[in-house]
Amino acid sequence: MVAKPGLDGHDRGARIIARAYRDAGFEVVYSGLHQTPEEIVEAAIQEDVDMIGLSSLAGAHKYLFPRTVELLREKGADDIVVCGGGIIPEEDIPALKKVGIKQVFTPGTPLDVIVKWVEDNVKPR
Amino acid sequence: MSRITEKVRAGDVRTVARLIRDIDDGMPEVRGTLKDLYPYTGNAYIVGITGAPGVGKSTLVDQMLSHLRGQKKTVGVLAVDPTSPFSGGAILGDRVRMQRHSMDEGIFIRSMATRGHFGGLTQSTRSAIDVLDAMGKDYILVETVGVGQDEVDVVKSAHTTIIVVIPGMGDDIQAIKAGILEVGDIFVINKADREGTDKTLNELRLMIEMSQNKYDEGRWKPPILKAQAAFDKGIAELLEEIEGHRSYLNKAFGGLHFRKRKDKVREELAGMVKNRLIEGVINKLTETGEFDAAVKSIVEGKMDPYTACDNLVLPKLDFSAE
Repeated sequence: MVAKPGLDGHDRGARIIARAYRDAGFEVVYSGLHQTPEEIVEAAIQEDVDMIGLSSLAGAHKYLFPRTVELLREKGADDIVVCGGGIIPEEDIPALKKVGIKQVFTPGTPLDVIVKWVEDNVKPR
Repeated sequence: MSRITEKVRAGDVRTVARLIRDIDDGMPEVRGTLKDLYPYTGNAYIVGITGAPGVGKSTLVDQMLSHLRGQKKTVGVLAVDPTSPFSGGAILGDRVRMQRHSMDEGIFIRSMATRGHFGGLTQSTRSAIDVLDAMGKDYILVETVGVGQDEVDVVKSAHTTIIVVIPGMGDDIQAIKAGILEVGDIFVINKADREGTDKTLNELRLMIEMSQNKYDEGRWKPPILKAQAAFDKGIAELLEEIEGHRSYLNKAFGGLHFRKRKDKVREELAGMVKNRLIEGVINKLTETGEFDAAVKSIVEGKMDPYTACDNLVLPKLDFSAE
């Protein structure tokens, strides 16, 4: 699932990565803008996804990303891998990884690098 | 009752979601569960919604969800999107239009890609519908892009099929497969604030009358409705027509259970038998290497495909050999 938590006004990056995943043969459920962590987690469970890619451009990552991981844990769905992308300062990344965000992809990361990481690190079921 | 069956009947979201995934992936253990669940199906009312991309199906479904929840009904949604023929991947974006309902416990929304399926789209969707039915949903809405024969066939699994078009489709309507016009029970012209609505309505009426069977007294005559899904216009009327069709079906067939309808049962069983055979035969032939050997001889120009096929299949079809 490619999800946009928070107040970001546009989602070009998320759409680009969604397309890259599709071209790599993945099935991508796209959540749309302005999602709460609760909505994202509920949708991810209904769709039985293997991974959630969270995209944030406006600084919401510090609260919304960990909150998403927390909710997955509460619902017994923490086998779903969570990754982050967007405008995320390097110095915030260690904290994110500590709470369970498996990988963070900053702007400029080549799409094929991201896709390869997913292929190598996210096992279906 | 197996544990999984219990959980599905109790409405456990995670179990249902995983089960649908297993159906998608053709996991063999699914058959046992589906057999267990079958007696609990037959309660949900199934509505198919199909039409060209961009006509507003998802928006329509989103509004229908609000109205149905207003009536305190529970709903399952299957939103089917096309798989890329090039990469085998898919972007499943119908959910975007319905996300406001994702926190509603009375609604379960699931996206499916057309070609992720073992045994074909129709069978997998049919099984997923059975699961949502057994889960206890009052209504199941199945949304597909009606451009391929598969997608058209999916809506045959529904009690009521809604075809959605937009004004000005003109030549596009001509291009719509005749199959779609025949399976439509209700037609909706969405975005009806646009120019050309009445023209489209008349064209549609003409085409429907030509493609559907002659109307005998008492047979269902498909209505054509105008709507603006984005503005919640025409939705209440649509639901009324669905209820009307439901009453008609009840009267005409003495009940809504598909099990009572020989034609539907025949169709479903034929489809299942076909898929099972294909599964069994091709797997076996691949295992024994016969299939690859046949491919090789065709490529090497030693044999034509018709002969190769007969050599592979005919010995297996000999029913007299016990």
